[in-house]
Amino acid sequence: MSNEAVLHAHEAAVHQVHGDHHEHHHHETFITKYVFSMDHKMIAKQFLITGMVWAVLGGLMSVLFRIQLGYPDAHFPWLQDILGKWWVQDGRITPQAYYALVTTHGTVLVFFVLTAGLSGTFANFLIPLQVGARDMASPFMNMLSYWFFFTASLVMLSSMFVETGPFSGGWTAYPPLSALGDASPGSKTGMDLWLIAMALFVISSLLGGLNYIATVLNMRTKGMSMTRMPLTIWALFFTAVLGVLSFPVLFSGFILLIFDRNFGTSFYLSDIFVNGVGALPNEGGSAILYQHLFWFLGHPEVYIILLPAMGMVSEILSTNARKPIFGYMAMIGSLFAIAVLAFLVWAHHMFVTGLNPFLGSIFVLLTLLIAVPSAIKVFNWLTTIWRGNIRFTPGMLFAIGFVSLFISGGLTGIWLGNSALDIHLHDTYFVIAHFHIVMGVASMFGMFAGIYHWFPKMYGRYLNNTLAYIHFWVTIAGAYMIFWPMHYEGLAGMPRRYYDYSIWESFKQFADLNRFISTIAIIVFATQLLFLFNFFYSIFKGRKVTQQNPWNSNTLEWTTPIRPGHGNWPGEIPEVHRWAYDYGKDGRDFIPQTEPIGADESHH
Amino acid sequence: MSTTTTATTKLWGGGKSPFNVEYGKLMMWYFLMSDAFTFGAFLISYGTIRFSSNGWPDPNKVFSSYPGMPEGSHAPLVFVSIMTFILILSSVTMVLAVHAGHKMDKKGVVMNLIFTILGGLAFLSCQAWEWTHLHHEGAWWGMNPFLNADGTQSSTNFTNYFFTITGFHGFHVFSGVIINIIMLIMTLNDVFEKRGHYLMIEKAGLYWHFVDLVWVFVFTCFYLI
Repeated sequence: MSNEAVLHAHEAAVHQVHGDHHEHHHHETFITKYVFSMDHKMIAKQFLITGMVWAVLGGLMSVLFRIQLGYPDAHFPWLQDILGKWWVQDGRITPQAYYALVTTHGTVLVFFVLTAGLSGTFANFLIPLQVGARDMASPFMNMLSYWFFFTASLVMLSSMFVETGPFSGGWTAYPPLSALGDASPGSKTGMDLWLIAMALFVISSLLGGLNYIATVLNMRTKGMSMTRMPLTIWALFFTAVLGVLSFPVLFSGFILLIFDRNFGTSFYLSDIFVNGVGALPNEGGSAILYQHLFWFLGHPEVYIILLPAMGMVSEILSTNARKPIFGYMAMIGSLFAIAVLAFLVWAHHMFVTGLNPFLGSIFVLLTLLIAVPSAIKVFNWLTTIWRGNIRFTPGMLFAIGFVSLFISGGLTGIWLGNSALDIHLHDTYFVIAHFHIVMGVASMFGMFAGIYHWFPKMYGRYLNNTLAYIHFWVTIAGAYMIFWPMHYEGLAGMPRRYYDYSIWESFKQFADLNRFISTIAIIVFATQLLFLFNFFYSIFKGRKVTQQNPWNSNTLEWTTPIRPGHGNWPGEIPEVHRWAYDYGKDGRDFIPQTEPIGADESHH
Repeated sequence: MSTTTTATTKLWGGGKSPFNVEYGKLMMWYFLMSDAFTFGAFLISYGTIRFSSNGWPDPNKVFSSYPGMPEGSHAPLVFVSIMTFILILSSVTMVLAVHAGHKMDKKGVVMNLIFTILGGLAFLSCQAWEWTHLHHEGAWWGMNPFLNADGTQSSTNFTNYFFTITGFHGFHVFSGVIINIIMLIMTLNDVFEKRGHYLMIEKAGLYWHFVDLVWVFVFTCFYLI
C-alpha cells in the first residue's frame, strides 16, 4: 500500500474526529477537562500553574538562603517553628539546609520552572494555535508528558521531607559528592529521589519534545510554509530539537551515576578517601567524565531555557511596535546557529578541571562565536522597535526588559567564555551574576511577557495593568540591584556556595552589600506574589476580552474565538497567505496572516 | 515571502507532511535520534575510560566459551558471533514482515513477526547465558576477575561497562520483543486489516532495526576492539 494512501486514510480519520468537535461538545467531565485533559491549551495551563508553584517554592528557597547570606548573625526563631530543626537551629539556617536550599533552588528553577514551566507552557499553547492545527500531533503523549512532569515534581517535592534532607551537592550533582551516600547527609535518600525525579523529567521532556517537532513539521495549515511561521514557533521548534538531542546524554550520565551509587561500580570514582569511612576500593573511574556528560546537556539546556523567551519576545516586540520584525530570516538563521553551537561549547564550564589548554582554546573560540548570532538577534530586536509606534503594554515592557537583561548578561558571557579570565572568575559570584541575568531573569522576563501577552487568549480576560506595571518596574530594578553588585563580589574573588562569608577576612567588606542584595531579593519576591494575585484574580474576575484580536495581531491564534474550545477553530482551519509580520504595510496598521495578498500590494 | 506560486504545490508550504509520513513515524525517527545519543553517550564514556586506563582485558580470552563446551577448549567470540547472527536474522524477518504489511498479506506479517519475536527471545536467552557464565567466573558490577591483556591487575570498569551497556541494549531488545508481541496480537485481531494499512508494523520495524544497529556498535566496542 502506498504512502499516499496511508497518509490520506489517516487524515480522513483525523478530520472526521475534529469535524465532530466544533458542532457539539463532547460530554466532558471535570476529570477529562481539567485533570487528564488532552487539549493542548489545558495542558499548557497545567504546565504553567505547576511551574508557578515551583517558582514560588524555588523563590522562597532563595529568600531563605539569602537571609543566611545577608543576615548571618541574626536569629529567626519563628523560622524554626515553621521549618523544623533540620532546617533552622537557634534561629539560623543550618549549613546542611543552606546547601540543600541552593541545590534545590537551582534544580527547580532550571528544570521545573524555566524548562517545563516555560517551554512546556508556551510550546503547548502556541504551537497548535500559531501553525493552525486542531491540537498536538499526539494529544495522548502530550498528556503523558505533563503527568510525567507532575510525578517528577512530586518525587522532587518529597525529597524535601526525608530525614537526611534533599540533595545538597549543587544543582550540577557532580560526583563524588553525588555518588557517595557517605559523603554527606544530602547524598543519601535525597539524592536517590533527585535522580528519580530527574529521570522522570527527562521522559516528560522527550514526550513533549517529540510532539512539538512532529506538530511543527507535519501539522501546519495550508499556506503556512516554514518561512511564514511566527518566530515563536521557530524558537520552540529549535528548543524541542535541543531537548530531544541533549537530554538523553544527561540520562546516560544519570544511569552511570545510579550504578555508582547503588551497584558498586566506579564509573566516576577513583582513589577516594571519605572521612569516617576510610579509603574506598573504587579504581579507574573519572569524575570529569560526569561533567562532560552533564554539560553536554547543561549547555544546550541554557538555550532550551532561553530560545522560547527569544521567540516570544520577537513576536511581542513586533506586534507592539507595530512594525515588521527586522531581519526575519536572520532571526531564523541565528536561532539555528545558536542551536548548533549549543552542542559545541560545553567544555567552557570545565576550564578549571585540568582540561588541556589547547582544547580549552578551541572551546573559547566556539563559545565566543555564539556572540555573533546573539548580537544579530539583539540588533534585530532594537531595529524592530526603532522608530516604532510603541504600545507599552505589560507584555511589551517585559519583552524590552528581556532585551536589556540579555545584553547586560550576555556581555559578561564574553568575559567568562575566555578561559584565561574564567580561571580567575570560575565559581565566583561573577558567574552567579552572569547566568542569573542572562538566562534566569531574562527568561523569566520572557515568560512574564508571554503570560501578559497571551493571557487574554488563555482565559478570555485581561490581567490588571496597574499591578502589572508595579510588577515590571520593581522586578527589573530589583533584578539589576540584586545581580549587578554580585559582579564586583565575584571580581574580588568571592566564591559561590559558601555558607557564611563574614568569617573570611577577604570577604568581610561585602557584609553590607550582601545585606542589600538580600533585602532587595525579599522585596522582589514579594512583588512576584503581587503578580500571582493578579494572575489568579484575573482568571475569575479580570476585565473580559470583548474583541477577538485585542492586540491587533497578525498571527493565527487571534482568529480563533475568544474562548476557543478543543479543536481551536469552530469551522475550517484558516488558510495562510502571508508571513506573520505585515505591520504598518501599505498604510495599513496590520494585515492578518489569513488575508490573501492584494493585487496592488507592495513587496517587502 | 509573498510569491505567486500556490502554496499547496510546495512540499514545505503547509497543509501536508513535508516528508510524506504521518506524525507517528516522524516521532519514531526523532526518538531513535534521541536514543542514538543515549547509546552514543554510553559508548563514548566507555571509550574515554578505556583509553585513559593503563590496560584492558583481552576480549578473545574473556569471551571464549559457549554452552556445553568441552573442558579446557578455547573458542574466542564464537558464541557472540552466533548471537549477532541471530539478531541480524531477526532483522531480516522484520523486513519481511514490513514488506508483507505493504502487500496487506496478514499471513506473511504474522509468520515473520513470530520469527522476529523468536529471534529476539533467542538473542536474549544467549545474553542471559553469557551473563550467567561470566557471573560464575566472578564477574559482575564492581567485580572483575579478568586481568589486563598484559597480565596486570585490571580495574572493575571492564565489567562495569560491559554489564551496563549490554544490559541497556538487552533492555531495548526486550522492549522490542514486547512491542512485536503487541503487534502480533493486534495483527491477529485484524486491527490493521480494518485500518487498511500496516503502518504500526513499519514503526515497530524501525525500532527493531535501530536496536540491531546499536548492537553492531556495542559488539564492535566490547568484543572486537
